[in-house]
Amino acid sequence: MSFVKLSASALAIAAVSATAAAARDQVQVAGSSTVLPYASIVAEAFGENFDFPTPVVESGGSSAGLKRFCEGVGENTIDVANASRAIREKEIKACAENGVTDIIEVQIGYDGIVFASDINGNSFEFTPEDWYKALSAQIVVDGQLVDNPNKTWADVNPAFPAQPIAAFIPGTKHGTREVFEDKVILAGCEHLGDFDAYLAAAEGDSDKAKKKAAEKACIALRTDGVSVDIDGDYTETLARIDSNKDGIGVFGLAFYENNTDKLQVATMSDVVPSTESIASGEYPVSRPLFFYVKKAHIGVIPGLKEYAEFFVADEIAGPDGPLAEYGLVSDPELVKVQEAVANETVLGGGS
Amino acid sequence: MTDISQTPGAAPTAKPKSGSLFEKDARTKRRNAAESRFKMYGIAAIGIGLLMLIVLVTNIVTAGTGAFQQTYLELDVDLKADKLDKKGNRNIEDIKKVSTFGYAPLIASALESEVAKLGIQTDLSAKDMGKILSKAAQAELRNYVIANPDEIGKTVSFRFLTNSRVDGYMKGRVTRDSIANDKSISVEQLDFVDQLRDAGVLYKAFNPDFILGADASDQRPEAAGIGVSMLGSLFMMFVVLALALPIGVAASIYLEEFAPQNRLTDIIEVNISNLAAVPSIVFGILGLAVFINYMHLPTSAPLVGGLVLTLMTLPTIIISTRASLKAVPPSIRDAALGVGASKMQAVFHHVLPLAAPGILTGTIIGLAQALGETAPLLLIGMVGFIASNPPDGIVAGFLSPNSAMPAQIYEWSKRADPAFYERAWGGIIILLIFLVTMNTIAVILRRRFERRW
Repeated sequence: MSFVKLSASALAIAAVSATAAAARDQVQVAGSSTVLPYASIVAEAFGENFDFPTPVVESGGSSAGLKRFCEGVGENTIDVANASRAIREKEIKACAENGVTDIIEVQIGYDGIVFASDINGNSFEFTPEDWYKALSAQIVVDGQLVDNPNKTWADVNPAFPAQPIAAFIPGTKHGTREVFEDKVILAGCEHLGDFDAYLAAAEGDSDKAKKKAAEKACIALRTDGVSVDIDGDYTETLARIDSNKDGIGVFGLAFYENNTDKLQVATMSDVVPSTESIASGEYPVSRPLFFYVKKAHIGVIPGLKEYAEFFVADEIAGPDGPLAEYGLVSDPELVKVQEAVANETVLGGGS
Repeated sequence: MTDISQTPGAAPTAKPKSGSLFEKDARTKRRNAAESRFKMYGIAAIGIGLLMLIVLVTNIVTAGTGAFQQTYLELDVDLKADKLDKKGNRNIEDIKKVSTFGYAPLIASALESEVAKLGIQTDLSAKDMGKILSKAAQAELRNYVIANPDEIGKTVSFRFLTNSRVDGYMKGRVTRDSIANDKSISVEQLDFVDQLRDAGVLYKAFNPDFILGADASDQRPEAAGIGVSMLGSLFMMFVVLALALPIGVAASIYLEEFAPQNRLTDIIEVNISNLAAVPSIVFGILGLAVFINYMHLPTSAPLVGGLVLTLMTLPTIIISTRASLKAVPPSIRDAALGVGASKMQAVFHHVLPLAAPGILTGTIIGLAQALGETAPLLLIGMVGFIASNPPDGIVAGFLSPNSAMPAQIYEWSKRADPAFYERAWGGIIILLIFLVTMNTIAVILRRRFERRW
């Protein structure tokens, strides 16, 4: 019994002293699961090449990461938040309320979003209009707004095979969903001219409110089971396509490139997605990736600034670096980003 | 109903309708048929269960055994002094300035000279040849040079990991057809791999790093191991054992032997039973709110994981301890009290030793349950690229960020490269071995020491 007593009290003491003595010596990162692979590649190389310990990278999503980032300043809060979208005004405000005022925004590059289907199935050449017509809750037929009647891809576009529409798209908690709605569905809606029909039908006090309502109506997706929200990761989308050969899923470019034996990629507006076509801006569906650094932690947490600088160094984030090899489209203005990190330029002007 | 009411009256005079015991009447036949049907259902249920188990185990074993083997390439590397130590003073700080990227050309040229030595014909450039090796090779080489700066200028023999695609090819997961659209490997490189294999320098071998090593980034699944997260699990189990066992046993002894029977203790009892049924994710949220946000314990630390799992394991231990205390017959207590022992002496000298095997069994099963638990760990930040550094000491083991085995398996199953999927299954095999061992120990303890009255 005395051993148990001893170890229990030793542990209790350790637990209490942990609070005081938790001098953290490694950088802690959390956030977007899209940025996670890149951050882990950088963290690993950082740990190997510097005398600092390997940074810890947690996943959990952009919003969750930024929320933890904004919890305050101190060793028990994270130093870096990864995000697959830019920080929102609301989040900057929440940060400021908790004392996190100086935030360094670092754009690491671009990530392509691709549409892929089973390798042995039909191949597709999509345009945003096709996706809008396939998935929107209501579309304009003969000048009238009606519930989406399309059942097969041939209904959407006569050039397509008569394959039933089955789309696996990211759920609303993913940053990818926003990009999908903005760059595909909304773009298709506007391009087809359906946007005007929604605008005419929209209710609102001002033009601005009407426009917002019309946009919202555009990106409202049908709920009759044709489009399935995937709240998990791309591995889940892949499994769904594996069991439903007619399915078409939304993936990150890097995920697709690691699974080319199971998936075939569709073109968008006649452009094949690749790091080159995304870098040149030809491929329309892409988004910037970011990480945010808490300036107050620089100098407190050892290795934090070095980590940020190493992340955007040419040998890592450049077009020939390991991140580009994995699927990141490197930022053509990387030099500017490097300067900003070196000067610790914070959000909202000034330095 | 009708023949029952008729037979009593008719029985004494009339000949029984079916008097012989050897001749079964319709009702008996029906009842016997129902019984044998029920037996069949039971056998079918067990059969389905067994079938599921067999399918599960074969699935896990076939998918996971690959992780224990890895493809290696033997290579003699010339550690060129002009590349690694440009100043020639063997100063460790100067040597450290050469990053892992600077080692890639060394490996490529080593591979080139190896190819020339073996007489292999290939059109690949040195850079493309180097791509069949893992990126971990550069790190391995750099670590070796930093640890042994005297070896610079000599030729040293290494055994490097190959790229996950090459490994997949050797294991049959990757074929020439499946890489048609793959940018990370070409058919020519696979031909080159075939030639190296025929020359005997490229081969599959047991991979101890999978069991002992640390997690690796998405670019080098071949180098990932479960060892560090295993340590994380181990430290968590220490915490659980050190807290849950004394607290659980003390609580159950008090409730079972000393506490008065009143409404308050009834409420406590009901709540302990309820607590055992609370979903584990709830404990995760509680841990996040109390231990991390309020008490400011470090995130991702095995200490916090252990505290959360303690909360989860406590009810299991309390319930099993109370059951085994109850199983000790009252005559033991009465005899002890009768010869003048105090209540506490009776409990600690007589009742507790007799209940110990039951308590131990309950504890081990509770620990096994905690070992396999993932959900609460998701919330306290133990999922991600975390198990990358082995902890450098016991205190660091409790406090520095780490993952746990089930969390690591979950993390691997999410990653893009199919090689991680294989490792997730391999991790499941290791986890299952732990669980089966713990449960077997529990069964053996119970068999050996349990006394029945």
